[in-house]
Amino acid sequence: MPKGSVAITAERCKGCGFCVEFCPTHVLELASAFNAKGYHPPHMINAEKCSGCNLCGMYCPDFAIFGYRFPDGKQSEKGGDA
Amino acid sequence: MSSVELHVHNPVEDLLRQDRIPTIWCPGCGIGTTVNSFAHALLGLGIDLKKTSIVSGIGCSGRVSGYMNLDSFHTTHGRAIPFATGLKLANPELNVIVYSGDGDLTSIGGNHLIHAARRNIDLMVVCVNNMIYAMTGGQAAATTPGTSMSTTTPYGAFEPELNMPQLVDAAGACFVARWTAFHVKQLERTMAKALNKKGFRFIEVLSPCPTYYQRKNNLGDALAAMVDYKKRSKIKNGCNTWETALLPGGDIIVGEFVDREREDYLTLMRRQLGSNYTEFPPQAEEEAERCCSEC
Repeated sequence: MPKGSVAITAERCKGCGFCVEFCPTHVLELASAFNAKGYHPPHMINAEKCSGCNLCGMYCPDFAIFGYRFPDGKQSEKGGDA
Repeated sequence: MSSVELHVHNPVEDLLRQDRIPTIWCPGCGIGTTVNSFAHALLGLGIDLKKTSIVSGIGCSGRVSGYMNLDSFHTTHGRAIPFATGLKLANPELNVIVYSGDGDLTSIGGNHLIHAARRNIDLMVVCVNNMIYAMTGGQAAATTPGTSMSTTTPYGAFEPELNMPQLVDAAGACFVARWTAFHVKQLERTMAKALNKKGFRFIEVLSPCPTYYQRKNNLGDALAAMVDYKKRSKIKNGCNTWETALLPGGDIIVGEFVDREREDYLTLMRRQLGSNYTEFPPQAEEEAERCCSEC
């Protein structure tokens, strides 16, 4: 059961890869698909590992991604950031 | 993405002018990352955003004032600190933040930086150091490390670079820190600490410049620069600022270097002038926006 998830605004993404590189649980990967500007936005490959720590959101220079915790997940209180 | 439909909202977006996004910054530019840390620091403290204003000069980092949904000034090249000083003196209640680049603050506006630190004006200065004049075409700045290539130094720079924390520390700043775009959480904490302090506060943030600095010097893309920051940075809080020079290939010393108390300009001015000085009377609050004249 994942503790959180990420929301991606693909059209804002410029494909820098910061979120993929610095995700503590390696949840993300750059997609092979393109957005309208020709960049590869990230998508989730290990969705069940996401802790919703929002580190991807802190790194994203284009405000295109952010993480959030599921409100009902009591596990997230114990676990904290990965 | 999650299959469960949740009403989620990025808190940073409250502080951005949505109509101006996407930004003009290059893919991988670290300025947006520093804006995230700044926005989280502002939101975390819960300070009055109506009494917060942001002043920028010219350059890539100068665009920050345009993208943030605060009262903002986009000023002439190098003159962000003089504008901010005037703003602070005219309305001491304001929390004034200068957000600009290394070329703007230390090269063209270098003297203003020194004298603002000497006067200890109550400003928070965030200097995004990408080692080069990026927006104007990749010219060498005062902070360009020795032997680096740039548009104006095709055989490599031969001028020694400026060490900003040492400069503002020597001039008398209250708070001096340096982080990189990699240290997002630490930067957020430092910005929150600086926002709560009084006096001249200076935060240098190293940021990748993939289009000019990295490309001209064969340093790879922005991600390579971020990984390099991760490898080379050494956290030394309270380190003497003369030991924090940025050497090519050497350690990047980061941390909060100086945290001292000094009386700021307004306090000294009020004491010296005594009864000869009268505060500008408080202005009436702006009327709330109305949808029509009858409301």
